[in-house]
Amino acid sequence: MSTLTLPHGILSMPPHPSAPPAHHPGEPLLLDYAGGALGEGASLAIATHLALCPACRHTVREMEAAGGALLEELEPEPLEPGGLERLLARLDEAPAEPPRRLPPSIQTGAPFLPPFLPEPLRGRLARLWRGGPGEGDLSGLPWRRSMPGLAYVNIPTNGGARTRLLRLQGGSALPEHTHHGIELALVLRGGFSDEFHQFLPGDIGVGDDAVTHRPVADPEGCLCLSVADGEIRMTGSIGRFLNRFIRV
Amino acid sequence: MQHSRLHPGPLPGRPSPGAPARPGHAHADHAHTQRGHCAALARRPRLLFNAPMRNTDQPGAAPSSFTAAAPSEESAEALLLAVGRRQDRAAFASLFAQFAPRLKAYLRRLGSDAGAAEELAQEVMLLVWRRAETFDPAQASAATWIFTIARNKRIDALRREQRPEIDLDDPALVPDPVEDAESALSAAQASGRLRDALGGLPPEQAVLLRMAYFEDKPHSTIATETGIPLGTVKSRLRLAMDRLRKSLRDAG
Repeated sequence: MSTLTLPHGILSMPPHPSAPPAHHPGEPLLLDYAGGALGEGASLAIATHLALCPACRHTVREMEAAGGALLEELEPEPLEPGGLERLLARLDEAPAEPPRRLPPSIQTGAPFLPPFLPEPLRGRLARLWRGGPGEGDLSGLPWRRSMPGLAYVNIPTNGGARTRLLRLQGGSALPEHTHHGIELALVLRGGFSDEFHQFLPGDIGVGDDAVTHRPVADPEGCLCLSVADGEIRMTGSIGRFLNRFIRV
Repeated sequence: MQHSRLHPGPLPGRPSPGAPARPGHAHADHAHTQRGHCAALARRPRLLFNAPMRNTDQPGAAPSSFTAAAPSEESAEALLLAVGRRQDRAAFASLFAQFAPRLKAYLRRLGSDAGAAEELAQEVMLLVWRRAETFDPAQASAATWIFTIARNKRIDALRREQRPEIDLDDPALVPDPVEDAESALSAAQASGRLRDALGGLPPEQAVLLRMAYFEDKPHSTIATETGIPLGTVKSRLRLAMDRLRKSLRDAG
């Protein structure tokens, strides 16, 4: 890992991005999330974006209100007799959940992760922590390498999506690629740019098969959460060669 | 298509001229503001012990007052607060009669058989009992709050995963901008307006919107399976959300 580190300052910057995100998942994906239809990997990226984006949080609350209204207007399904009595008998077995003030991952032992990482991503990474020399610098995560300038941590999620924490060295580029299915890239630190946009912390890029792009990390490097639901295919000539060996 | 979509609404910190105030409920995520709301509600006298109980041993029969949008002593919000504050079993029984049959219907729509739906509806109501203390009527209507518990419980139980959710106590969470002064509509009132707006949606939008909540399929899958072009699915969902949002914004 010594050859791939983010500049020291990038991890110690203030916890909150200075500006609200400029790139958002868009309403259809937020609705998938609010309705509960989105897979676990994409939900992790959306929820982590929500922690950084009050505007999308507001939209999701409106969508959840619509879910409440839809629940109310459903035709009631008759219950089996005695259901209420069975439940009332169980109430004493299940005491109220105690209130808590900090997320479990902070309370119970992930202070070693850098403070800017929001829930729910933080909790997922805490489960993968293997210990290590540094505190607050991500070195205790199980990093793997796939190509020069790129390291990643696999985050286990259900549903077939590939969920990864990606670390790109400053100026390094991914091969030009397109996607089958959907790819989400949520910037956590640093940033990246492609032919169309620049993405900064809190921004989420959404790629699908209509998008062919070649993302390049900003000079200070880029730490991002990447979720690919479906195959990613390299499109350039070198990329087509690499397709056989590499999954970005 | 664009590589990413810009948020359709006004963004905090990037106001558009003449943009209306943010619609909907009071959305103060600052815990202090929330506590202020709760304290105000706590001072209002309530007569929940007198809530009629006759029908609650017939679980299929929902009280007729349920669909009334006007807040009353028997509103689901009041019942939920009574459960949270003093473990009021009579109030809980009323909530059960109102919501358990609808939760069962919700879970059946999402593919559970009758037995599993019944079981899961029980588990959801048990969570309602255990978490009632955290219900904040300034944030959500009772139906919305229960919907989110049911959605998450279903995902946790059936997909055997843990639903990724934000944590409002997370120090890394970027707080909401200061609450808009004129967000006068309560979550419960908003809920009534939303139901009206849902009823007024054009059929092609209403169908897709319901699929988003009841089919367990993301919009991309819906597009593939229905043969409706992806762009059309997206635009219909956006139009539907615009209509729902407008119903909240025009309130009062």
